[in-house]
Amino acid sequence: MYRSVLIQTEDFSLDAALAELKAQSGLAGGLCFFTGAVRDSNLDQAVGGLYLEHYPGMTERQLDRILDAAAQRWQLQGAIVVHRIGQLMPGDNIVLVAVAASHRGEAFEACEMIMDYLKTDATFWKKESIADGHRWIEARSSDKAKTTAWDA
Amino acid sequence: MGQSEIELVLDRAITVGELKTRIKLPNGATLNEASQDQPLMAAVNQEMVDDFAIVAVDAEVAFFPPVTGG
Repeated sequence: MYRSVLIQTEDFSLDAALAELKAQSGLAGGLCFFTGAVRDSNLDQAVGGLYLEHYPGMTERQLDRILDAAAQRWQLQGAIVVHRIGQLMPGDNIVLVAVAASHRGEAFEACEMIMDYLKTDATFWKKESIADGHRWIEARSSDKAKTTAWDA
Repeated sequence: MGQSEIELVLDRAITVGELKTRIKLPNGATLNEASQDQPLMAAVNQEMVDDFAIVAVDAEVAFFPPVTGG
């Protein structure tokens, strides 16, 4: 299975990522992607920007393990994760997950599972700029519930 | 915790919990004392662990605030 895990400050191109996935995954019949952008509000407050940090080495390995878990569960032909770090502004791309599989069912499910695990099992810290300064975001219990659902 | 990196020479393997009592912060408190008020996570050689994990003499240990996820 083709796989790629990238953590980078630069923006990514959805077209380029999907073209790469398609080229590397053989004749996969189903390609599914999710891409997330920085929101302009959170917890009822306007957000002017988001600053992200990761733990170099460890975070990449965690993402790799999430892909392992997906590959054990579904017959996948390829998977790509790109996560941005550094200073981002509302509307900026922040994450991309793309999966190639023989059929759409596997591709949809694997894409969602990888994304759900990424929200709980990958080490990132996020600091939001708000009107009166900034705040570090805490983990959400709703995210944890989604990951737990996959284990059921 | 106001410090990015320190090097500590250990003569034997100890637990993460013990290590916290040996690390002094700039304000004089140990890391263990400081972590009573705010949650602190730990990783040994880039694996998340709890206070009972063993720290070998050449280990890389990181302490950090709770993570958000991606």
